[in-house]
Amino acid sequence: MHEWALAEGVVSAADRIAGGEGLEEITEVIVKIGELQQVDHEVLNFALNQQRTSIMAKAKFVLETVPARMMCRVCGEKWKFSFEELSRETSEAIHFVPEIAHVYLKCPRCGSPDFEIAEGRGVWLESIKGRKSSGRSQA
Amino acid sequence: MADPRLEVIDRRLARVKKIIAVSSGKGGVGKSVVATTLALNLNQRGYKVGLFDLNFTSPSTHLILGVENLMPEEEKGIIPPLAYGLRYMSIVYYTVDHPAPLRGAEISNAIIELLAITQWGELDYLVVDMPPGISDAALDMIRLMRAVKFLLVTTPSIVAFETVRKLIAMLQSLKVPVLGVVENMAMNPSRLVREKVEKLGVHFVGVINYDEELEQTFGNVERLLRTRFAEAVRMIASNVEQRSL
Repeated sequence: MHEWALAEGVVSAADRIAGGEGLEEITEVIVKIGELQQVDHEVLNFALNQQRTSIMAKAKFVLETVPARMMCRVCGEKWKFSFEELSRETSEAIHFVPEIAHVYLKCPRCGSPDFEIAEGRGVWLESIKGRKSSGRSQA
Repeated sequence: MADPRLEVIDRRLARVKKIIAVSSGKGGVGKSVVATTLALNLNQRGYKVGLFDLNFTSPSTHLILGVENLMPEEEKGIIPPLAYGLRYMSIVYYTVDHPAPLRGAEISNAIIELLAITQWGELDYLVVDMPPGISDAALDMIRLMRAVKFLLVTTPSIVAFETVRKLIAMLQSLKVPVLGVVENMAMNPSRLVREKVEKLGVHFVGVINYDEELEQTFGNVERLLRTRFAEAVRMIASNVEQRSL
């Protein structure tokens, strides 16, 4: 997912959740980023700062990388994602749509493209912390 | 806690006035060429049109259009390039000519990803070439593109119609609008499909006769638009235009 579009989604989700939890201020937003998508943290941080809304004006955005791990559905082999073996075009394709990994990557043991991205696929909002008028709360 | 992609899909489609999912119960009924020609025809009528090939494991609209060396532009997401006047999006930009061995959940994830990042801009129509059947793609379209209306393609074959009948039953049970059914590849004049469709309470959009010259035009839009097939799709487009007002 493109970083700007991603930041837009994160800000929107944080806004919505804060509204549902009755927060009047968001102090921290934790975003988990799957390694497979090769998100540029600097660009994402910039995009988050550009798009942050008033309720998260002072919020700290914490970006945590989750290593990409694959598991072959055919032979059960587990392995880590390796950037080195990919061309720039392939990396870019996986950056936009992580499922494209199935087009270019194969199980290192049996060669099957039928593997599961067990961890580190995409990007998600892990948690937000904030303040209700009565005090601190975690959503 | 939250998938940020789902937060922005409605915004990406906010300036798309009408979404038409061209679908069928089974493959091989000419759905992709109907979708592509319909999109081209609506564009010829002066509308801003997008074409989204959602058949991730077997995309084919790029072959029908003859699209080569096009890539989306990156701008706060991705902007589909113009192909013969259409904002054209396909997974083929990323898979190139490689097979895409994707399971259902993976197809679903890829659909969500593309819906979240694609900046369609202002469109009068977004025509979606669907994979056949009651699949993850169909269920995702219904879940994520709430304004979608389905245009179903069948052939005169009882095998094709039976699968479309099931698709209609599902769409009706989910209260998803069905614009109508197109009978494609008709070999002999017959009212059989029309009568069956109307019996289900669904609009019969029209007949497209089998055109043996059509195959030779794939990859050449100008030739495609001069076929008897395209002439028939013009009538379909007119019908769709009126029914989707």
